[in-house]
Amino acid sequence: MSPLDFLSAAFLFGGGAFCLAGTVGVLRFPDVYCRLHALTKVDNLGLGLVVVGLALQSGSWATALKLLLVWFFVLISSAFTCQLIARAALRGRGAAPWGGRREP
Amino acid sequence: MDVLLDGVLALCLPLLAWLVLRTESLSQAVVLFVAFGLLSALGWARLEAPDIALVESAVGTGLTGALLMHTLSWTEETPPDIRARGRRRPWALLAVAASTLMLGWAVLALPADSPGLGPLVEARREESGVKHPVTAVLLNFRGYDTLLEIAVLLVAALGARAVNPRSERPTPDAGDDPLTGELFRMMMPALLLVAGYLVWVGDHGPGGAFQAGAILAGGGVVALLTMRMGPPRLSSWQVRWALLTGPMLFIGVAVAPLFTGRRLLELPRPYAGTLIFVVELALTVTIAMVLLMFFPGTRPPRAGAEGEP
Repeated sequence: MSPLDFLSAAFLFGGGAFCLAGTVGVLRFPDVYCRLHALTKVDNLGLGLVVVGLALQSGSWATALKLLLVWFFVLISSAFTCQLIARAALRGRGAAPWGGRREP
Repeated sequence: MDVLLDGVLALCLPLLAWLVLRTESLSQAVVLFVAFGLLSALGWARLEAPDIALVESAVGTGLTGALLMHTLSWTEETPPDIRARGRRRPWALLAVAASTLMLGWAVLALPADSPGLGPLVEARREESGVKHPVTAVLLNFRGYDTLLEIAVLLVAALGARAVNPRSERPTPDAGDDPLTGELFRMMMPALLLVAGYLVWVGDHGPGGAFQAGAILAGGGVVALLTMRMGPPRLSSWQVRWALLTGPMLFIGVAVAPLFTGRRLLELPRPYAGTLIFVVELALTVTIAMVLLMFFPGTRPPRAGAEGEP
């Protein structure tokens, strides 16, 4: 195990933790806007950390660049999808944001 | 580790397939189907069939998922009749069990260590003009199959348009929406680049006309859904040309050797690589257009049914 392996493992575990937290959030959060917030964490940070961890292991600049491009495109599409879903929920269905009360 | 990954895949795929069939809500079934498609693409990749994995993720999951989602916006979601389903079930169960048994028997009856046609293709690959064996088989050794496939795709596009003639009507222009407009502007150049790259890389790696056409059609779907473009109309000359260039060029390339005393589709060796590239480029445009023909336009607003976004 070289220091590089340790670093990459740390990134991978960090990414996995964010993915897990995001998934729990999607399942547990009260309304669609909160769930979107949790979901974008998976896309941005979870995938980002996993990509960095994998890029450290890839051993070639070309592969690392391709991995980063994957992250970049997911970032773009997730940012837009998040806004579009939130807008559809707000204007189309009129889903009211959660007021902060705990449901009995 | 590989065993772990394959095991999870082998467990998840049948489970997801069962969930798709079982779920009551149509939109849930579509989402589950997309998840199933992505995992099966991973399965193909694990089976070392990257070409099929690419097609599965682009056509089987991306485009089909978008098409199903889009169709949902046209339909009323009604829960299926459980009782009618229950009455059909014994026969369905019997049929499924019988076909599973037959398939299983067929797989087990295969000779265990047969190399298949792989060595034969490998031995003659030099003559095909391309370096990737899958492209060599699809466009050269078995070019006849691909030619007929393209004809089938054309018929399918015509059928789709006949079923849904409403798409022939021009759709009203939507106002310039900053969100979808920006998404379109950011994604389109990348999609065009990837499609071009896939055609080029088909020469020596996984890729080719089908994958590139699906990516291109994906860009078209984004344009269609953000109302930057109406659904392609069969009455327009551009659409007809896009539909016909691929098949016409392919037929031309297939028939031309007949005049010089060769056989049908026998590509002359020094030009085979170039010819295959040109045919694939034309087929990409045709396949993208055929796939786009399946998408109906946006649903006409119904008076007073629900609030328009």
